Amino acid sequence: MEWSFLLVQALSGLASASSLFVIASGLTIVFGVTRIVNFAHGSFYMLGAYVAVTLVPWLLEFERSPTLFFVGVLASAIAVGVLGVVMEVTLLRRIYRVPELFQLLATFGVVLIVQDLVLLIWGPVEIAGPRAPGLRHGVYILDQRFPAYELFLIFVGPAVLALLWLLMHRTRFGVLIRAATQDREMVGALGVNQAMLFTGTLFLGAALAGLGGALQIPRVSASSQMDLSIITEAFVVTVIGGMGSVPGAFIAALLIGLLQAFGVLIFPKITLVLVFLLMAAVLVVKPWGLLGRPDAAAGRAVLPEGILDPGRLDRAGKVLLALGLITVLALPLVDAYAVKVGTEVLILALAAVSLNFLVGNGGIVSFGHAAYFGLGAYGAGLLVVKAGMPMEPALIAAPIAGGAAAALFGFFVVRLSGIYLAMLTLAFAQIAYAVVFQWVEVTGGDNGLVGVWPSRWAASREVYHYLTAVVTLAAIVFLRRVIHAPFGATLRAARDSAQRADAIGVDVRMHRWLGFTLAGAAAGLAGGLYAFSKGSIDPTLLGIPMSVDFLSMILLGGIQSVLGPVAGAAAFHALKDFFLPLTDHWRLFLGLSIIGMVLVFPRGLAGAFASLRRRPA
Amino acid sequence: MADTVLDVMGLRAGYGPAEVLFGVDLTLARGEVAALMGRNGAGKSTTLKAIMGLLTPRAGSVRFAGQDIAGVASYRIARLGLGYVPEDRRVFTDLTVMENLAVGRRAASPGHPAWTPERLFEVFPNLAEMRNRRAGAMSGGEQQMLTIARTLMGNPEAVLLDEPSEGLAPVIVEQMAEAVLRMKDEGIAVLVSEQNLDFAATVADRAVILEKGRVRWEGPIATLEADEDIRRAYLTV
Repeated sequence: MEWSFLLVQALSGLASASSLFVIASGLTIVFGVTRIVNFAHGSFYMLGAYVAVTLVPWLLEFERSPTLFFVGVLASAIAVGVLGVVMEVTLLRRIYRVPELFQLLATFGVVLIVQDLVLLIWGPVEIAGPRAPGLRHGVYILDQRFPAYELFLIFVGPAVLALLWLLMHRTRFGVLIRAATQDREMVGALGVNQAMLFTGTLFLGAALAGLGGALQIPRVSASSQMDLSIITEAFVVTVIGGMGSVPGAFIAALLIGLLQAFGVLIFPKITLVLVFLLMAAVLVVKPWGLLGRPDAAAGRAVLPEGILDPGRLDRAGKVLLALGLITVLALPLVDAYAVKVGTEVLILALAAVSLNFLVGNGGIVSFGHAAYFGLGAYGAGLLVVKAGMPMEPALIAAPIAGGAAAALFGFFVVRLSGIYLAMLTLAFAQIAYAVVFQWVEVTGGDNGLVGVWPSRWAASREVYHYLTAVVTLAAIVFLRRVIHAPFGATLRAARDSAQRADAIGVDVRMHRWLGFTLAGAAAGLAGGLYAFSKGSIDPTLLGIPMSVDFLSMILLGGIQSVLGPVAGAAAFHALKDFFLPLTDHWRLFLGLSIIGMVLVFPRGLAGAFASLRRRPA
Repeated sequence: MADTVLDVMGLRAGYGPAEVLFGVDLTLARGEVAALMGRNGAGKSTTLKAIMGLLTPRAGSVRFAGQDIAGVASYRIARLGLGYVPEDRRVFTDLTVMENLAVGRRAASPGHPAWTPERLFEVFPNLAEMRNRRAGAMSGGEQQMLTIARTLMGNPEAVLLDEPSEGLAPVIVEQMAEAVLRMKDEGIAVLVSEQNLDFAATVADRAVILEKGRVRWEGPIATLEADEDIRRAYLTV
């Protein structure tokens, strides 16, 4: 390999690092002050790109000058900053005090809404942006051609870092932000209006995301998938750098940019695995990131109240359970469609119960539970399609695949707590998604694989329905049994106070790890059943939207109840199945519903029902 | 009373299901230093937090400078001219001394001399030598001085001072006492929660004693010093 080639590789790594830092800095600043992990940060990035591909060409009509190009880029950033203000005033302000899980979900609701709005405004086709006047040529570095615009991008990151440093140290606003990052209440007691400070912070954070997006337009087309891919990278950068730390984000972005640039040379296909290894290594040595602090993540409830007393079913519960069982048995009498929906509900119910085993019982907020569901589906599907195995061993392999992935990821996940933990589960899920998506030869990539059919004896919808019913109900009963067992009680103890559980001799980490693995295995089993019910597998089974569906199910069902998630899964899936064909804007509706659910029923439908019943007449 | 700056009546507050204050009544006259005394858990800090709006009062009224401030956001209360110095020295450890002071800065009301960093450094000479030092790198006593200085930067008319002598070396405690007396000279009313009778007697004119969330005794601090029965009943452990 020649030196010149390595140099160019390093430069392109620096250019991506620089862009990544601009985006991640906004995320980390917003988290530092508001303590909200803003999922919609990726949406701001996407909006920055879309506004810029609209605005910049219009400006360049007047004159093709570099000045107008950058005026357009900055104006796009400011426009996105204003959208950040709108989000703060209309949504975030109402949820500063709700548990972190709900904050993440509510901001994910914004992601869904923005996706639909972007499709409505700009359409489904990618839009290529103009090249930057004055920076369209290539520069020759040791005989290698390197795009001038990339060279320019290399300087943007350090420039933004320097400007942010000046802002944070030389202006009153910046000093207040740094003070509020440490102790919001005290800043208020000194007469600073936090609302104004938060609004200003959201403007800054969103504008940085918008700037990052607008600067990308000469390199990549604006598309409606930009948001989720960038948010994962930004999460990884902020987690590695330490949440709330701007210099930490800079170092982390540099590490990741260079790792990807050179990793491509060594392992062309699996640069993401390298990023994962880097993140894992950093978090094992420094659980709060390179420049982060423990106190930034602690101090507030991640979760609303979880399962307190698993208890026995009361009479109403028994009646509901009996009705549910009769429905499951009787569905084949209705029609084939009812059977299909019923089978899916059973499978999703198992996935939801396994998630709530973690969330409600263990206090472990997994934001990437679909990874284990999807890997179970792929484990089973690949055995059938690629290895020609029958359904029975494939269904045994599904929970093993899900459990093994959960054991691997969980090893790192259970070292963290709170919002760091949630972000790490999400990042792992995205990595699993990317591997499945990119490893086309094995997984079929975006198209997935077809031909995942059950064995002949179970081929009819009805028989497969009953098979699913037996397997899922057995697994749910087993999980319920574990929740009632001392192991489940120990997880609850660790959830309520890890320190006290530790002090009485509980190996908290080991229990959480086993719990995580068990939940992953159960989700994997559900995934395997799902694959055979559909006859195909594809990467959406591992995607963030799927994970959010599972979370919505358990919130709808109520995370403080053991079997509530079953009802949540049934309600969620029935509603989605009913409404989805009726509208082109299901994301918009789903997003608004999630936000509505968080604002109105922070304890889920079951919780609302329970508190209604408890209220004296 | 025309010269009352702070007037608390029937204040009730608590944390979650735990009730701490069961109707506290107290007043603070303009320019007066009063000591809020009582044993651990009597409700001293809770009283100050509830007055400051850091804890929403469940009942009762709090009037400051003629305005009802019960349930008002703490930043608004601070802007009305009520300063608050927390216990356990919540300085912003990442910020320098000057930056900590800048966070507290608010314009003085017309006709009053404004506190500036230079004037504060006269009161707290130790701070003058470390204006660009990170607050996290200072000693406990220095941090305590900084919290007081930071609050004074807001040019308050009255200050709630929570346990300023707690855990500090005697020589630093003396400096704290001087600082409180200096505030009094400047015409600032101070309500200081304190367990240390010597400190209270040095700075305060009057004592208000809390027990189990209620005011049990109120009177000149000299009386308290002279009367061992009262001390034994409410203060000694």
